Amino acid sequence: MAKLTIPREEYMFPGHMGCLGCGGVLAMRYVLKALGKRTIVSVPACCWAIMSGIFPNSCLSVPMVNTAFETTGASVSGIRAALDALGIKDVNVLGWAGDGGTLDIGIQALSGAVERGHDIIYVCYDNEAYMNTGIQRSSGTPEGAWTTTTPVGKTKAWKKGPKKNMVEIMVAHKIPYTATAAISYPEDLIKKVTKAKNIYGPKYIHIFSPCPTGWRMPPGKSVEIARLAVQTCAFPLYEIENGVYNITKKPKKKPLKDYLQMQGRFRHLPEEEIQKMQKDVDREWEILLKKEEFTKSL
Amino acid sequence: MFKGYKDLPEVPMTWDTTFVNITGSWRTVKPVLDPEKCTKCYICWKFCPEVAIIIDEELKEVPKIDYDHCKGCAICANECPKKAIEMVVESMEE
Amino acid sequence: MVKSVITGNYASSYGAKLARAQVIAAYPITPQTSVVEKIAEFVAEGTMDTQYIKVESEHSAMAACITASQTGARTFTATSAHGLTLMHEMLIWASGARTPVVMTNINRAMAPPWSVWADHLDSVAQRDTGWIQYYCESNQEVLDTIITAYKVSESREIMLPSMLTLDAFYLSHTYETVDIPDQDKVDKFLPPFDPLYKFDVEDPHLFGSLSFPHQFYMEWRYQIALSMERARDKILEIDKEFESMFGRSHGGLLDLYRCDGAEVVLIAAGTMASTIREVVDQLRDEGEKVGLARLRVFRPFPAKEIRELAEKIDVLGVLDRSYSFGYGGAFFAEIGGALYNHPDKPVLKNYVVGIGGRDVTPNTVRGIFENALSLQDRGLDKEIEWIELKEGGE
Repeated sequence: MAKLTIPREEYMFPGHMGCLGCGGVLAMRYVLKALGKRTIVSVPACCWAIMSGIFPNSCLSVPMVNTAFETTGASVSGIRAALDALGIKDVNVLGWAGDGGTLDIGIQALSGAVERGHDIIYVCYDNEAYMNTGIQRSSGTPEGAWTTTTPVGKTKAWKKGPKKNMVEIMVAHKIPYTATAAISYPEDLIKKVTKAKNIYGPKYIHIFSPCPTGWRMPPGKSVEIARLAVQTCAFPLYEIENGVYNITKKPKKKPLKDYLQMQGRFRHLPEEEIQKMQKDVDREWEILLKKEEFTKSL
Repeated sequence: MFKGYKDLPEVPMTWDTTFVNITGSWRTVKPVLDPEKCTKCYICWKFCPEVAIIIDEELKEVPKIDYDHCKGCAICANECPKKAIEMVVESMEE
Repeated sequence: MVKSVITGNYASSYGAKLARAQVIAAYPITPQTSVVEKIAEFVAEGTMDTQYIKVESEHSAMAACITASQTGARTFTATSAHGLTLMHEMLIWASGARTPVVMTNINRAMAPPWSVWADHLDSVAQRDTGWIQYYCESNQEVLDTIITAYKVSESREIMLPSMLTLDAFYLSHTYETVDIPDQDKVDKFLPPFDPLYKFDVEDPHLFGSLSFPHQFYMEWRYQIALSMERARDKILEIDKEFESMFGRSHGGLLDLYRCDGAEVVLIAAGTMASTIREVVDQLRDEGEKVGLARLRVFRPFPAKEIRELAEKIDVLGVLDRSYSFGYGGAFFAEIGGALYNHPDKPVLKNYVVGIGGRDVTPNTVRGIFENALSLQDRGLDKEIEWIELKEGGE
């Protein structure tokens, strides 16, 4: 007799315009299961702004507001300030933006909002490119990926440079809680969001959300690829609470190649590039393990 | 719902849910659950991005697929530990 | 009611305090800084109950005001020049979302080169954003207009944001006597903000959504157009209400001074109107039939009042403290447009003055009047003239 490992209640309706296998949809579904109905969601320009609400329909049973692209941090600050002014308590204020709206155009407002210490939860659902506008690269695009603005061509014009580490930037702001999560481990995700819900102040959660359309892979593999990202340590699952690192999944490390070869966006990569990427992943993983050890010892 | 500027509420906002959209029409393949193989682990329900898998109150029955909304992404088939879900090509008539 | 000697900026702060703004999100910029500093003082001393968000840019200031308003709070902000223009995207958002934000803008010149002095381009360039625009002449007007602006903006038949402007330094930093009304009197005049739609976890909606061409983007924009039209009468109605309660009026949409029997009238906005009043009095004493029409409300544009005035006079001189390159001053352009189809048209000339804060002195105004008076006999000499421009060279 099975028991459900995640809360049963749904806050999302079917019939939204999300692509087949959309990781961003699963991310929202799980986050709302953790936060519940007393939640107001602020969504900037991104996939979620379009597929969730074509007039006159919305796919969520919580209040949502569309905002300008760069304003998520500012928008949630305004919502929380107004709730405080009106004496309305026990409402979660959730900022919900993609990697572009968080790492690039939205970074200023996010930095401002968390620095001011508002009681908000900010989720970046990371599909690693500007997917809504047609798969253009963002600073969240991993090194080596094909996108429409880093189309490999004959000059190896894939995305260069490492993925911008927003988690570390948030840790540098000294906020009470920062975490990574992935749609392949909903129990871990929900546990983290529940923890965040019960902490006062700015919380940041970075959710790995595969995009089968943009990553050039079959939609049915969406959860599997998110699992592989964690198992290869390409996307580690960890949390930082008041400066102390805690890795929540320590996998039996699989080779990065297993993760890369399932996605069309990495198909062009020569062997030496993959080896370099494996070295980078290994190094980052080692650093993370040491950070955990060090900060726990303080 | 609304006809024009005289009856349209002045703040742009939504009034209904997306449930009315029959996204099942997007499918080219459809999941078919074999009740013999199903162990009622409900992992398929857990991973469905369309909220198109329906589980019963008591958790006693095999999950049902909402074909009005299932887009045929195949995550359920991929994740099912017993391979109880098969993706079947849908004919034009269906 | 307390009579105080305060700056235009402080008049703004008191206005926001009396209006009981619940959320204020603002970013400092010269010469607005004392507005927000005074508000910070009120909050720190516990005399103002507001959530003051010290945002990290003006764009974020307006974004925060909009969502705060959508949550159901009365919002206020203040800015100037580069701050206002940085907010441009969000100004359009505020009116599109039908949020009655009220904002003070200190009219300041745009860079490069840097200039902190009075110039109207910043707010004039926002005329298409769907905001109601007031141009203030005195500190009293600033304080009073904040209060009346909320009542107009928040009324169910309007639901549009308002900005009121004041000239950099000439008004923002100049001390004038201001009657600061009693809080309970203002409370009687201005009830709490009660929007028709706001975020409610018991009644969830998506605010915004996506609209296809066939439905209903054009209709939503038309509703804003109708709202702006209704704002004309609403502003006058609220002005009258304010006058009966507080004993003061600031002239409605077009504030006429000694226009009865005038042959030559100058139209201007902001502090130069005060200077023009002085010169009108002098010239009237000298027997000249002159008057001033102060453009108090630029949006909605007072076309009816302009036409009524135009019928009675021979020459209309339009003073613009800004310029639309490749065309002319914005006030001149719009007044001309309003009079195009009107049968009774005066001679219409554009005087471009005070750009970058250049002082508009009584002598400057006298020179303009002399020129305008001369047009009565000889007709238009030059359609657009830049006043007291330094020529240099050969």
